Amino acid sequence: MVPTNYYLILSAILFGLGIVGFVFKRNIITLFMAIELMLNAVNLAFVAFSQSLGKPDGEVFVLFVIVVAAAEAAVGLGIIILTARNRHSLNVERVDLLKL
Amino acid sequence: MPTHEHLRLILEYLWIIPLLPLLGSAVNGLLGAKWPNKFVTGVALGSTGLSFACALEAVREFFADGQASFRKEFFDWIIAGNFRAGFDLQLDQLTVVMVLVVTGVGFLIHIYATGYMAHEGGYYRFFSYLNLFMFFMLILVLAANFVLLFVGWEGVGLCSYLLIGFYFLKKSAADAGKKAFIVNRIGDFGFMLGMFLLFRAFGSLDFQTVFAKAATWQPDAMGQFGTLTIACLLLFMGATGKSAQLPLYVWLPDAMEGPTPVSALIHAATMVTAGVYVVARSHVLFTHAPTAMYVVAIVGCATAIFAATIGLVQPDIKKVLAYSTISQLGYMFLACGVGAFGAGIFHLMTHSFFKALLFLSAGSVIHAMGGEQDMWHMGGLASKIKVTFVCMFFGTIAITGFAPFAGFFSKDAILFAAYQSENSGKTLYGIGLLAAIFTSFYMFRLVWLTFGGEKRYDEHHVHVHESPGSMTVPLMIHALLSLVGGWFAAPALGNGPNYFADFLAPVFGNAEAPSSQTHSLELTLSIVAVLAAALGLIVAWRMYSGKVVRGTSTGLHKILYNKYYVDELYQATIVGPLVWLSRNIFWKVVDVGMIDGSVDGIAHGTEAVGDTVRHTQSGNVRSYAVWVIIGAIVILAIIFWPLWRPAFFVAMSGGVR
Amino acid sequence: MTAPLVIFFVLAALAVFGAVSLILQRHPIHSALSLIVVMVALAGLYLLMGAEFVAAVQIIVYGGAIMVLFIFVIMLLNAGLEERTNFSRLATYAGIPLALAVSGLIAAAIVRSGGHLPAPAPSGALTSTKTLSMLLFTEFVYPFELTSFLILVAILGAIVLAQREN
Repeated sequence: MVPTNYYLILSAILFGLGIVGFVFKRNIITLFMAIELMLNAVNLAFVAFSQSLGKPDGEVFVLFVIVVAAAEAAVGLGIIILTARNRHSLNVERVDLLKL
Repeated sequence: MPTHEHLRLILEYLWIIPLLPLLGSAVNGLLGAKWPNKFVTGVALGSTGLSFACALEAVREFFADGQASFRKEFFDWIIAGNFRAGFDLQLDQLTVVMVLVVTGVGFLIHIYATGYMAHEGGYYRFFSYLNLFMFFMLILVLAANFVLLFVGWEGVGLCSYLLIGFYFLKKSAADAGKKAFIVNRIGDFGFMLGMFLLFRAFGSLDFQTVFAKAATWQPDAMGQFGTLTIACLLLFMGATGKSAQLPLYVWLPDAMEGPTPVSALIHAATMVTAGVYVVARSHVLFTHAPTAMYVVAIVGCATAIFAATIGLVQPDIKKVLAYSTISQLGYMFLACGVGAFGAGIFHLMTHSFFKALLFLSAGSVIHAMGGEQDMWHMGGLASKIKVTFVCMFFGTIAITGFAPFAGFFSKDAILFAAYQSENSGKTLYGIGLLAAIFTSFYMFRLVWLTFGGEKRYDEHHVHVHESPGSMTVPLMIHALLSLVGGWFAAPALGNGPNYFADFLAPVFGNAEAPSSQTHSLELTLSIVAVLAAALGLIVAWRMYSGKVVRGTSTGLHKILYNKYYVDELYQATIVGPLVWLSRNIFWKVVDVGMIDGSVDGIAHGTEAVGDTVRHTQSGNVRSYAVWVIIGAIVILAIIFWPLWRPAFFVAMSGGVR
Repeated sequence: MTAPLVIFFVLAALAVFGAVSLILQRHPIHSALSLIVVMVALAGLYLLMGAEFVAAVQIIVYGGAIMVLFIFVIMLLNAGLEERTNFSRLATYAGIPLALAVSGLIAAAIVRSGGHLPAPAPSGALTSTKTLSMLLFTEFVYPFELTSFLILVAILGAIVLAQREN
């Protein structure tokens, strides 16, 4: 049997990698994918706890997370398309009109 | 009139006496700017005259009451714990003398001023200030506790400042006003410390309580600086400031910048006598502190001779009189210092008569000469302004101490008391006598330079004319008072009672019956005093009547002429460094640097912080991402703190997870 | 070394490898494919734990819909290689330490909490579809309805955003 902690640590590692991607990637779409990675890491933690404690509630929550991720991806990618059309660039550092 | 239930109308409402001039001041000050002069005159003279009338009535009731000392608390002013300082007024024999002098001489000088100031701008302002002065002075003399007295004390200082600087557009006048106020303040500092010490010692500042308790105390030994001695010395420090003694006399000659009625009223007859009044009022304290009394006597005597020497060579008529005032005040303090408080007050009264007379006459001369004050530009005026000449002459005889004029009796009483004093009495007497010779000399010098000899002015530019009636009538009344004012004490010469001293005996408590031995001593000393005055007269006659040539000023003459360079000394040692300190340290460093700097600094700091924090809003999404992560870490830390805290925290909190 | 443990490590390595690849790749399409690898690996892990429904949903929805959407957008926008701009010094210097801090802190929390959780048991009875749907329509019906609303809003939003400007 695989101890629960292993799953949780893997989740932490994936989350950290997601943060690294979130901070360092310059392409908007890749940035978005890093966010998706973080969500997945969280899902893994949910499922691990759910199976470990014997309650299916965690998995229901995972379903919700997936639904929200889907909605978010739809709308977010729509925004990305618009932004890319306006700024003529997919570099997130070029989207800096709010600079003081 | 019933004998026992006397009509105590005024006494029950004693506050009316100071209140009337206050009302006059307020009305004139607030409304008088647009009024014609005669309305202002009416209000000013009316209020002062009524106040005088009320004072007379109060005195009559006092006598009808069998001279019972009267004290009434009108309302509670300060109550703090056990301490109470109320608006309490009192009337005893000493107050009677002071109130009559203040209101009487004050009223006469008000009348004089209506003539003198008739053509001056700011007429209403002058009378407003003058009435305000009367109010404060009356508060001072009527007060029944030190705190209320101090209110009056400060108030007369304020009015002195306002009136000295009446011609405020003239820089020398404004400076003189400031000098008077500031030097007074130095004295007031000592006065306040004295008051604090008295409060600490006696728990109250009421005259009744303090003097009653002090009377039960053991007197300090000579040379011992006990509580009473130090308190008396501090009170005397205030008196030196207010009454222009060494070393705080420097403001009085400069105060001659004010109009002459001001010089007469404030700086001759009333305000400067406040110091003497305080010392006399606190005689219980002083008699228990022989060191303080000795200091008072020495300072008084030293001032008397010091000022007299300066007055010998001054060219300005008012300055001579100013130094003369300082000198005569020295005599009054000498009297108090040797224990003859009654004699000091007597001289206060007679001095106010003849000094006011002298100043008013000088004002009349100045008015006649169209503003000229330098005696070397006068001369030969006797035939032209006869009334003024006669009055001035009366005043001079009075001050020099020729019998039977007022000054003879009072000055003689002081010198006699000094002679008899145990602490270097003979020396004090000797110096006092020398000062009397000088007094006589410079006063007659003044008379002959001004009125005698040949005229030293250009008749085409100066039209000498006699002053109007409003000015000459008060002159004549004062002249009369200078003649008869001393006759209260006259019977003492012929072995009879000294009415004045007996009158004040309930206050000062030392009316000893003169034995025949002291009586003959007193007669001898009186004759010596008159001879001394005559000596001064003769020398002045020889030098200044007839044709006089002004010599150059060299050596000793130069030192005296420049007032021993005291003002320059003060300027160099005290004023100059203080101004330097204020300008370079307190202004540049503290005010501009620290206070403005800290306020500006807060503004700059805010600006700097804003400038720095601004950089977080860079518009760069990746930086924002980093901030989000940082926030997430903080939240994680808060949530997981029980798991993360190091082992020793766990141990310290008893192993609680 | 039991079989589940080996499978776990393989799948875990695959997931980590995919994540690292996502970060290190320069073309977004490669990153997208790496993400798919991660998701498949995670689906495998779900199966290992016994959450079969979730594993299926992960593959179908996440891998089959969301990632496809990503790839469509990448191809639509003709995304090229990533530009090497670096305008944020803060991100450059603080990025890795912060990430390490986050994962380190979480891991520390996990390890210190004692770890008295039972291992996830692969018993299908607990997490059959029937069990999940029972929960979904009774206890969690309210969030369930809300998510349907959310999807509706997303559809509307996507349509609005994608309109051509008139």
